[in-house]
Amino acid sequence: MSRWVAFWSILVKDMRAYYLKPPNISWGLIFPLAWTGMFFIKSGGGIEDLLALLPGVVAISILFGTTSMLAVTVTFEKKNRSFERLLLAPISLELLMLAKTAGAILFGVANAFVPVAMAVFFTDLSRVAWGAVVPAVVLIAVSSAFLGLFIAVSVSEVFEAQTFSNFFRFPMIFLCGLFFPIEQLPALLRPLSYALPLTYGADILHRGFGGVSLMPVAMDFGMLLFFCATLFLISLRNIKRRWIV
Amino acid sequence: MKNATPVIEACNLVKRFGDITAVDSVTFNVLEGELFGFLGPNGAGKTTTINMLTGLARPDAGTIRIAGIDCSKAPKAAQHLLGVVPDESNLYPELSGFDNLCFCGALYGLRKQERQARALELLEQFGLADAADRKFAGYSRGMKRKLTIAAGIIHSPRILFLDEPTTGIDVVSARQIRQLIADLNAGGTTVFLTTHYIEEAERLCRRIAFIVRGRLVRIDTVDSLMRQTDGRHVVRFAMADGAGGLCEAISGAFPHLQCQTVSKESILVESREPVRIGPLVRFIEERGAEVSEARKLRPSLEDVFVSITGIAAAAMKQEQEKRKAGGGV
Repeated sequence: MSRWVAFWSILVKDMRAYYLKPPNISWGLIFPLAWTGMFFIKSGGGIEDLLALLPGVVAISILFGTTSMLAVTVTFEKKNRSFERLLLAPISLELLMLAKTAGAILFGVANAFVPVAMAVFFTDLSRVAWGAVVPAVVLIAVSSAFLGLFIAVSVSEVFEAQTFSNFFRFPMIFLCGLFFPIEQLPALLRPLSYALPLTYGADILHRGFGGVSLMPVAMDFGMLLFFCATLFLISLRNIKRRWIV
Repeated sequence: MKNATPVIEACNLVKRFGDITAVDSVTFNVLEGELFGFLGPNGAGKTTTINMLTGLARPDAGTIRIAGIDCSKAPKAAQHLLGVVPDESNLYPELSGFDNLCFCGALYGLRKQERQARALELLEQFGLADAADRKFAGYSRGMKRKLTIAAGIIHSPRILFLDEPTTGIDVVSARQIRQLIADLNAGGTTVFLTTHYIEEAERLCRRIAFIVRGRLVRIDTVDSLMRQTDGRHVVRFAMADGAGGLCEAISGAFPHLQCQTVSKESILVESREPVRIGPLVRFIEERGAEVSEARKLRPSLEDVFVSITGIAAAAMKQEQEKRKAGGGV
């Protein structure tokens, strides 16, 4: 029970100290709005195109919100040594890191539903397969948070966390089939697409919002779970090797 | 002390960083209820040793037992028994003093009511009740230090590690903190204290270990260490108009005396026999210097430290203060 008291307190502290701060709330609203607006204008289509844009905008909102927030907050706490306090707490490293990532996951999920909430006013969402979309949103948030954790463990400065995040994020916009179908990518780049977790998350979202996907949904979920587990385990191993030296 | 059972057992601890051996075959025990001092200059291996004992670092060799629990391979196994006050005040700047304490209590599993009551009690005890709702970022250095100590003891740990608790804070706050440490120890908490203020260790600790370049050079009770200074007589002379060249003259005229210049205006004269002040004052004044003060000094633990380590304690302190002022770790 006492471990869960610690887990909950870390989550609540992070929400209060980082995620629910006005600048981050506005980031969570403005960023998806800007992306939706940009791709809507770029598509040149009408309101009916909005549904086709949603998978990409939802995925990118989660990716950008989650990875940067977690990478920056963990690096910041590591830098000012308050993270040592958490490492000294009598809870397992696994639970500690789940508590640290839980805030980012919730932030990512909240970000995801900003464009969806906007779309409600402009398009018909009655045919959306929420049973696939909601778990996909959660799993994209989890995998993106663990990617942020992986980044945080790999760097030592806050600015490095930002730049290293972009190293992964910007290529993912183009490689993961968010706005450009993977089949239209050069053959040389396609294997890279399948090595990125967002590809599978975006594929489920395309199925959920538009009814069409590249791969079977079960395979997409399986791959997302595989990436979540792998990124988490690699991050834990790196924390043990680099931070508890 | 409650009894004489060891509560911290470090055996042949080794820690290497690349080619550098930061801690080299360090072995010691700390007894239950003891206030144990761990002294050494910068880079001696004090913080690395604390990190290994508290689970923030893994030893390359050797064993650690905390309250009988083998922590060598499972560094987190005994963390519920430990309170740690690091050498820097590392609480959360955006949280208030009260929220910081509650958060730290929650990390050790204290329920809401319990941690809130304990936080209020500690804020009162540490004289921070009026600042309970202020953000930690706005605290003075002394207040930050006190709150950091309060955070280290919110869960009433059996063993408390204090890394340089009074460094860089004002005299009044330092005195309060020393009293709090003594009170905690009197209440039964085992305290492992590192400090570069040797007089602080002398005043607070029962036993002291000296570590230099990763190796323990001496571990003993303060009483035994002080016995080493028995039979030494030291007199400090202060000259209003400078002490230049006096030491050479005194050493030449009084071969049984050892003399050292400690500042531009003062010298220390030392002997195994009682020092006769009158002839020395006359000798100095005959050379045109005016003696403004001549005082017999009680040999201190600092003298023992210098004789054991060969390191001037004042230099160690200065270096540490400089490092803190520069924001180094």
